[in-house]
Amino acid sequence: MSAIRMSALLITGGRVIDPASGGDGLADVLIRDGRIEAIGTGLVDDEAARLDATGAIVAPGFIDMHVHLREPGIEHAETIETGARAAAAGGFTSICCMPNTVPVNDSATVTSYIVQRAREVACVNVFPIGAITKGSLGDELAAIGSMREAGIVAISDDGRPVMNARVMRRAMELARTFDIPVIDHCEDLNLSAGGDMHEGQVSVRLGLRGIPSASEDIMVARDLLLAELTGARFHVAHLSTLRSVEMVAFAKSRGLKVSCEVTPHHFAITDSELAAYDSNFKMKPPLRCRHDADAVIEGIVNGVVDAIATDHAPHPGSEKMQEFERCPFGITGLETALGLSLSELIHKGRITLMRLVELFTTGPANILKLDRGTLAVGAPADVTIFDLSTEWTYDVQQSFSKSRNSPFNGRHFRGGPLATIVGGKPVWNRFQETNRE
Amino acid sequence: MAEKPKGLLDIESLDRTEIEAILERAHFFQPADNEPFRRLDALRGRTIVNLFFEASTRTRVSFEIAAKRLGADTVSIAAQGSSVSKGESLVDTLNTLVAMRPNAIVMRHAASGAPHFLARHLQIPIINAGDGTHEHPTQALLDARTILDQRPTLEGLRVAIIGDIAHSRVARSNVHLLAKFGVDIVLCGPPSLLPRELAQLAPGVRLSYEMTEAIRDADVIMMLRVQLERQHEAPMSAGEYFHFYGLRLEHLTLAKPNVIVMHPGPINRGRELTSEVADSQRSVILNQVENGIAVRMAVLERILG
Repeated sequence: MSAIRMSALLITGGRVIDPASGGDGLADVLIRDGRIEAIGTGLVDDEAARLDATGAIVAPGFIDMHVHLREPGIEHAETIETGARAAAAGGFTSICCMPNTVPVNDSATVTSYIVQRAREVACVNVFPIGAITKGSLGDELAAIGSMREAGIVAISDDGRPVMNARVMRRAMELARTFDIPVIDHCEDLNLSAGGDMHEGQVSVRLGLRGIPSASEDIMVARDLLLAELTGARFHVAHLSTLRSVEMVAFAKSRGLKVSCEVTPHHFAITDSELAAYDSNFKMKPPLRCRHDADAVIEGIVNGVVDAIATDHAPHPGSEKMQEFERCPFGITGLETALGLSLSELIHKGRITLMRLVELFTTGPANILKLDRGTLAVGAPADVTIFDLSTEWTYDVQQSFSKSRNSPFNGRHFRGGPLATIVGGKPVWNRFQETNRE
Repeated sequence: MAEKPKGLLDIESLDRTEIEAILERAHFFQPADNEPFRRLDALRGRTIVNLFFEASTRTRVSFEIAAKRLGADTVSIAAQGSSVSKGESLVDTLNTLVAMRPNAIVMRHAASGAPHFLARHLQIPIINAGDGTHEHPTQALLDARTILDQRPTLEGLRVAIIGDIAHSRVARSNVHLLAKFGVDIVLCGPPSLLPRELAQLAPGVRLSYEMTEAIRDADVIMMLRVQLERQHEAPMSAGEYFHFYGLRLEHLTLAKPNVIVMHPGPINRGRELTSEVADSQRSVILNQVENGIAVRMAVLERILG
């Protein structure tokens, strides 16, 4: 009997927002055996554990389609276990991990390892993304079909983008065959070589070498043309420039199967924050200038942007505590994504809550064709509960991630994740911090 | 948290009064003709570490002499002979040095912002002796001192800075300093070495890609060294560069009659300027070197006195 009682959960009194059905209203959500059983008012179940969500928003579990978990091979920076905990604390119930591990996830063996390891230690769902080329070296195609069978949901050479257009073309053709999207970190490495931050007034002032917006735009343009040529589903990772937003909008208007994600840091902060040469502000694409950040927000508002993703990229302090130009690129982001999105998009009145939830749920779910991101009856019971009013301050020393490289340490937030439920099981709660156990 | 010790990281964050105070004090330290440098014991018992991660002769020696003239003890460390070459991180190197309780660290480093990064993590005054392609504050101060030896005021002057501006920490520091005094600044060089964004570096800055235009009516011409070691792509050929951006005697007729020619050194004769210009009556290149000591004495005294 107790087993049955444990497997049921009744979330009461919350404002349920479900973009998949368009529903938005006060309701209870009943979960049983890891699935959504019912949604409605005045639900009663004497056996179910109860979670009072009065005053909060109950949404489908958030999906972060761009995360670096560093396992296998770079476990001093992050592990599947710690990355998953950080995700849960950020309100994410599913994360997709990029293939730039050691070894690179370019074979079914590595994919299977990640899938298996995640099953053992991760408190959220983990969906691997496979490499486009062997070793992400840009030459020979990886074992895309076998990786697909082993569980990858997309391919990408994130961080080491494929420079050779012909290789990219072949990858898109294969990806189309296996019905997975190609995700590109769009950067012309020749144009951005040696750059450490966005090229503009600030880089010139600081004496740091610049990465021009054009290095992103050129590759977005190339990839859109290849997507048209091949008919592949193509997804722009961490889009950060005005021109790229325009080009993706144009491609969508032409009916191409194109999507894009943006990160919270690219719309919340700009290159002007780099004045202190703090390496926690160093990532790729770099923090752009105001007009790029504004264009990204405009893209979110007008529907060009499909998803918000964090590009959570943990690096240990020993690597980040260096001269700016010697530090690796990347910042952590799982725990601050929702807080930043609420600050910049909701509190400033730019978008509706329905749209915000869509960017974290149906947006990425549709791109990756995941059976997630919905509260439909029968769907996996992944639920994110958040609110708009809880005051909290991000303390990076308390992070669940193994790494501390966040530019948002000490930032004050209004509203953020309150509880995270994966497959019907509460895995994190702001007031109990259940996943510390 | 304790208040951060005062160092000198850049000119941009200094205000005009502070700059004026340093320049005035440097004037006091300048020796009169045929007189030796003043020797003081203002910093007796203080230890200053000169930490040079990049090759330097004049700046390092200048800082050393300045410190000694003030009675301080100095230790100079070149990165090649230190634990840095054994893979120690910058923070660890500095922590080790700080544990020996020096009173200030004078640092040159190839990475822009390296002294700013350290200043955030260490409780010791750091004096920037040149960071990457960012700033070289004492160079701008000694340049201003040198101009003021020739002119009553900086205000209203026209200064042309010519050469590899993009990679020049000397140019950036000079632009920030001169702009605070209302100087009319023209930056000149080939497009690859003169990004457009430099026009917004400070008020009163304009760009020119034409040397004769940049020099016209100038009170001061500052030539910069072509920093081959910092250029990461194919530069203009040396011959072409000298043809379009090298300073020759005939150029000087375009400037004000009493124009002065400056260069932070080391000079490449025949690359940025001709020997005739370097050795001409208009050149104050050696005065700059001499003023370096007086200015650095003023800076050290201000920070440690």
